[in-house]
Amino acid sequence: MKSISKWLSNNLIRIYAFFAFTYLFIPVAYTFVFSFNDSRKTNLIWRGFTLDKWKNPCGAPDVCSALGNSFIIGLTATAISTVLGTLIAYALGRYEFKGRSSTNLLIFLPMATPEIVLGASLLTMFVNVGFNTSMITAIIAHVMFCISFVVVTVKARVASLDPKLEQAAMDLYANEWQTFRRVTLPLLAPGIAAAALLAFSLSFDDFIITNFTAGTVNTFPRFVYVSAGRGIPAQANVIGSAMFFLALIIVISSQIISARRKVKI
Amino acid sequence: MAVDASTSARGDLILKNLTKSFGEFNAVDDLSLVIPKGSFFALLGPSGCGKTTTLRMVAGLEEPTSGSIFVGETDITEMKPYRRPVNTVFQNYALFPHLTIFENIAFGLRRRGITDAEVKTAVDKVLTLIELPELAGRKPNQLSGGQQQRIAVARAIVNRPALLLLDEPLGALDLKLRRQMQIELKWIQTEIGITFVHVTHDQEEAMTMADTIAVMNKGKIEQMGTPEELYDSPKTSFVANFLGQSNLIPGKVSGSDGDNLVVDLFGTKVSVPKSRNSATGDSVLVGVRPEKFRIALEGKATHGNVLTGAVVSDVSYIGVSTQYQVEMPWGKEVMVFEQNDDDEEMLRKGAKVVLSWEPIFTFALDGKDSATAGSN
Amino acid sequence: MVAFKTTSAKVFKLKDNKSTLPYLLLLPGLLWLVLFFIVPIFSLGQMSTKVAGADTGEFVQGYRFANYIDAFSASKEQFFRSFLYGILATLIALAIAYPLAYAIAFKSGKWKNVLLVLVVAPFFVSFLLRTIAWKQILGEEGPVVGVLRGLHLISPQTSITSSAFAVVTGLAYNFLPFMTLPLYASLERIDPRTLEAAGDLYANGITTFRKITLPLSMPGVVAGTLLTFIPAAGDYINATILGSPTSKMLGNVIEARFFKIVDYPTAAALSFTLMAAILILVTFYIRRAGTEELV
Repeated sequence: MKSISKWLSNNLIRIYAFFAFTYLFIPVAYTFVFSFNDSRKTNLIWRGFTLDKWKNPCGAPDVCSALGNSFIIGLTATAISTVLGTLIAYALGRYEFKGRSSTNLLIFLPMATPEIVLGASLLTMFVNVGFNTSMITAIIAHVMFCISFVVVTVKARVASLDPKLEQAAMDLYANEWQTFRRVTLPLLAPGIAAAALLAFSLSFDDFIITNFTAGTVNTFPRFVYVSAGRGIPAQANVIGSAMFFLALIIVISSQIISARRKVKI
Repeated sequence: MAVDASTSARGDLILKNLTKSFGEFNAVDDLSLVIPKGSFFALLGPSGCGKTTTLRMVAGLEEPTSGSIFVGETDITEMKPYRRPVNTVFQNYALFPHLTIFENIAFGLRRRGITDAEVKTAVDKVLTLIELPELAGRKPNQLSGGQQQRIAVARAIVNRPALLLLDEPLGALDLKLRRQMQIELKWIQTEIGITFVHVTHDQEEAMTMADTIAVMNKGKIEQMGTPEELYDSPKTSFVANFLGQSNLIPGKVSGSDGDNLVVDLFGTKVSVPKSRNSATGDSVLVGVRPEKFRIALEGKATHGNVLTGAVVSDVSYIGVSTQYQVEMPWGKEVMVFEQNDDDEEMLRKGAKVVLSWEPIFTFALDGKDSATAGSN
Repeated sequence: MVAFKTTSAKVFKLKDNKSTLPYLLLLPGLLWLVLFFIVPIFSLGQMSTKVAGADTGEFVQGYRFANYIDAFSASKEQFFRSFLYGILATLIALAIAYPLAYAIAFKSGKWKNVLLVLVVAPFFVSFLLRTIAWKQILGEEGPVVGVLRGLHLISPQTSITSSAFAVVTGLAYNFLPFMTLPLYASLERIDPRTLEAAGDLYANGITTFRKITLPLSMPGVVAGTLLTFIPAAGDYINATILGSPTSKMLGNVIEARFFKIVDYPTAAALSFTLMAAILILVTFYIRRAGTEELV
């Protein structure tokens, strides 16, 4: 009896963690399971197992165009925000300059502002200047809210980069640009990649800001929201599940690659 | 928060057949030991020998696979760490970063329900003992390494445990500070009379501070005794090589002469006191410490045990002493340390020399021992 | 070797050259933020005082600060509800996430990285899909209601969705990784030897947690609660999908005023008030840390 209570007190929290993870994954599992549902108009009741939806993920109207728009906005916003954010992070991490705390504040504020305020204010400004909302305005908005997250992610990486490495490069006749290209950038790469991944997922999954700034352009989250009333098609589940597995594979392989790299040295 | 009766247990520390295994590997292998109350005891050995694991089992931070631990009459084997009359000084101090020095030291006292007034008295007293009363209001990250180390000791001894365990507490300090702390710790132990169990891989540290040393190797105790016993009469080559340095020369017992054995070393006969012989058979390793050798040019007068036909192969001048590598007629080298305490000229490389030493300084180990065990 | 880990790993000395390079690096990004974050906030403020133009139907500047009073009194129920739901959701998320973060930081051994991925992984599925999944799982046709009714724990009339309960738990669920990861980060920084030292100094498990672990994890608690409360208070998706007309939040009102009834000034006033209220709360909360710690 004593060893059972001992085992319990040691492992109680692990048991809890197991249940917590289960709770986290319930809607994921549900979404995945119902992507195989032989649904008709609505995907609410289980009718039977079928691979049809997976074979024809674009079968439901508008689903794939919405997905495409999400990718266009996502990739563009990721590219721009990663570049802008990395430059800021590098400046913050390597240089002394006046206005440091104001910069930090400016980076922090968007993260502390509810999305609805970000979206509403952007829409208001566009209305004021008579600029119609479209994919361009959506991309502008996405870049805006992604920059802060990129800065935070890359800044951590910059902080752990020993400046002696860059000094050594310059000692060996590399100028600033060559040093940056051959030493700094490769060493920052994992952090930049993580930031880009984060930016893309934030952009792809965004609803509120997109709703305010994208006008009539449909994105995947908007598509799901609008069709929620009449029942989202199973194809949406398919796409959602596929994105899940894709992201999972990317994250796991990047972990494996970085683990292998450590072992080699 | 009543004071647990178990935290006031007193007596010798007794380890009985203590074992800790990780799968196939025995970190601590059937260890039995009695550490007398009030002594300064050192567990000495190379990394991986099991000394830290043993310490952690006594503290209650590791569970033994088998065996038992007693403090006096009290069996503490199954007890949680907070029930034991044992306190630990951790290797990297483990001070609580968010508490002041005062609260760090007071921590154990508060847990045992000591009143505020008594806490203040005790903490002030111990801060005075370690001569840092002005640091009471600071936080750990504002202190130097040496100060943190002393606070870590204070935090432990303020609880007046039966046993104080020290896990290589001086490892992070620079040489000068370390020497100073060695003396201070020894002084504190004598002042307050608590049993100290000090784990270290530094044999000089162990010999400086401890009344008794147990040399550990691969989970077992090789030899236990006072520093003099271990140094002058090592029983295994591991101990001979780990404490100080030794020259170990293989030989064969050829006879006896009163209190001494006569051993044949490659044709030369030398005397070895029987009291310093740990070998069971005829095959022995004769041990002479480098500082016991006298080295002189061939032809000079000698007494005691003598080895001729040697040639100096290397000379290192170290200020206090000169170290010679000397090649012996049987092809191996021995080390000789000569104190530079006379006007004699340093011997040169290639000089033909004769080595001699007092027989009383010889020890003999079992011939089956590896001549290099314990050396690094 | 230091006695414990410092909050930032190794601080390197910064370059102090007087060149303009850092400003050039900062310029594009900061300009973007100024143009598309700061300026819009001003637009919002400007819009909030406009009035409906008599002839054109467009909104014209009237400097009508009474807009705020009108907006607030019309929607004060939703306003308070947003803060209430936000706080409740944050507390629930904290309760769920803390033991989870603790388990990952101290009790996971070599599985640590895997578990961290698993905490974030569910959020690779669009949050709308997940929220709708909850709606269907907890809804009329779903398994949960059937079981609970079968066990006579709830009456045939009560439904779980379309309720405040569903909205709050939906909010808590949605922001769990924002709560878990900062908690994990600060728990992970704690030197396990200090916990051993506490045990060595007569503190049992609970006391060690109270006196050492909890205080040292406070930075994570502060960060996690902020990162959860702020988006939760401004959310309206959960209220739409999982709630009923009686559980509408301020976000619903703002969205309606922008897209259904075109009343930009009121909507702007409400947004501005929401932002100001949250900022004031956050400022008090963050008083301790400097701006470097935030970013």
